[in-house]
Amino acid sequence: MIEPSEEECLDKGEPTVSETSAEDPYILHLYVTGTTPRSTQAILKTQHFCEEHLHGRYELEVIDIYQQPELARQAEVIAAPTLIKNWPLPSYKLVGNLSNLSRIMVVEDL
Amino acid sequence: MTDTTFQSDTVPASLIKCPTGINGLDEITGGGLPQGRPSLICGGTGCGKTLISMEFLVQGVLSFNEPGLFMSFEETIEELGQNVSSLGFHLNDLIAQGKLIVDHVYLERSEIEETGEYDLDGLFIRLNYAIDRIGAKRVVLDTLETLFAGLSNESILRSEIRRLFRWLKTKGVTAIITGERGSGSSLTRQGLEEYISDCVILLEHNITDHIATRHLRIIKYRGTVHGTNEYPFLIGEEGVSVLPITSANLQHQVSTERISSGVVGLDAMLEGKGYYRGSTILVSGTAGTGKSSLAAFFADATCQRGERCLYLAFEESTQQIIRNMRSIDLNLEPWIHQQLLHFHPSRSTMYGLEMHLALIHKLIQDIQPTVVILDPITNFLTSTNSAEVRTMLTRLIDFLKIQKITAFFTSLNTGGSSLEHTEITISSLIDTWLVLRDIELNGERNRGLYIIKSRGMNHSNQIREFLLTHHGIELVDAYLGPAGVLTGSSRVAQEAQERLAELERQQTLVRKQLNLERKRRTLQAQIETLQAELEAESIEVQYLLEQKHQQEGHLAEERNEIARSRRANLA
Repeated sequence: MIEPSEEECLDKGEPTVSETSAEDPYILHLYVTGTTPRSTQAILKTQHFCEEHLHGRYELEVIDIYQQPELARQAEVIAAPTLIKNWPLPSYKLVGNLSNLSRIMVVEDL
Repeated sequence: MTDTTFQSDTVPASLIKCPTGINGLDEITGGGLPQGRPSLICGGTGCGKTLISMEFLVQGVLSFNEPGLFMSFEETIEELGQNVSSLGFHLNDLIAQGKLIVDHVYLERSEIEETGEYDLDGLFIRLNYAIDRIGAKRVVLDTLETLFAGLSNESILRSEIRRLFRWLKTKGVTAIITGERGSGSSLTRQGLEEYISDCVILLEHNITDHIATRHLRIIKYRGTVHGTNEYPFLIGEEGVSVLPITSANLQHQVSTERISSGVVGLDAMLEGKGYYRGSTILVSGTAGTGKSSLAAFFADATCQRGERCLYLAFEESTQQIIRNMRSIDLNLEPWIHQQLLHFHPSRSTMYGLEMHLALIHKLIQDIQPTVVILDPITNFLTSTNSAEVRTMLTRLIDFLKIQKITAFFTSLNTGGSSLEHTEITISSLIDTWLVLRDIELNGERNRGLYIIKSRGMNHSNQIREFLLTHHGIELVDAYLGPAGVLTGSSRVAQEAQERLAELERQQTLVRKQLNLERKRRTLQAQIETLQAELEAESIEVQYLLEQKHQQEGHLAEERNEIARSRRANLA
């Protein structure tokens, strides 16, 4: 499920691994559709944001729904790209290319 | 399809249609929905969008072996399964066979934050994945507009929905998209009809006089001829049926066969043969004149011929009719057991006119009767709109005539209104019209029957007294005398009087005969006396003659004696 093959992921080193296990890490799933500009943009934005605000306490998984449509169904993903925060609760969906990340800051009180 | 030159080649070869398998819908659409294109079914809440769509898929699997995909944006899979099981569809079986996929898309606005540009590829992929998994040929999206509730960027949604319909076309699936009826003139809340240009069907739930009727109308169907009327449709135990009830052209075949009315006296009035098969018979009359009894006897006669009869009772229950008919020596129960007589009691106010018509159609199709009895049709007139009733009855009569079914209607005339009340409404549609009426005379009411018209036969013009007796219906010639028509006890009294007069005449005759005989005998006796006298006279004469003869002999002897004694010359 983890997509290390994605070039964007590799650029940042090891973004999917949390550094501290003492604190509950954020579990984030990013559903994208292949390597469209919008997908690429979303991945970059997410990684940038996570590094900046959640450094060391997040797990990010990038899922290509072209490859794994069944996962998209399970996660009720309609729009792409969609970033789902599965943990901590409550979970919610961020739909769009994450060009406006101030929303997540408000929600997460960061 | 995008190439115009290619299109011009395909158009004359007419549109390929995908049969829905829904009763009646294929007739209206001339074969079904446009194959490989999306169609829109729109309508208000609870008008049957989901059920029609689901039946489209189920029929696709059962009748045409085409796998289907149902993507629900509103109801969950369990809810859907429960809802359609009332129509006799067992989704789980079809799902287990891999012929049907039911997918529920969960969309909750409160859990979604929008952060910029997006597309609906997630939905596309999901659809694509499901379609490819079972090779779906039919797809239903119910209700796509829910997307607008879940996501707020309308411009994105609109362009994505447009893309979705294009994509469905390239996918080659016949799709139904349902949409909620919008306010005002728009068919759907989000104007989906702008994007779906091939076929738009509107479902409506009309309420007139507190009675709701479902209607279906094809708003547009590009490139094909289709019915344009509002068609009533039913959601019954066996699914949806749409009723393409159009007023038939008057070109149905007619029969010259005659069938008994079940009453000997009435048959006699109708040239001794009864009604024409396939004709429309109306019996009108005031309350309690025996309309239902006449109907029941007709039903009985039908069953005796071994034919099926459908009796639609709008006033009495089956048991009540059976009980009542028993009192005039008519037992209908055996026919019910033999499945020849089908009672269908219902209140006329239970459904709208269209719905009644639809139900009657369905019953006729199920039962295949040769005689249909509606008792009484006047109950439909409770609503004020008699024009509508007329239309409905015209359609019904036309339908029955095409099927060569003999229709028997009873019509109740209320005391105040005249017989013309019925006349205005449907008389021109009726072939044989019998009138039962009360004849009030000398403080009693009696029933009279006469034939107002009976097309195509030389019927009796006489009024008959109509008697309901313990041994059936009897038609008695009413007494026509100087005092007018006499019925009931006056007729009986009149008859008694006539009998008395007759007796008197008889007696006078006998007396006269006796007198004559006596006279003859007297004369005879006189003749005999005279004859005896005559005889006595003639004997007397004879005696006198003889005496004279003897005397003459004696005299001659005496003269000889004297001469001898005188010694006279015996010369």
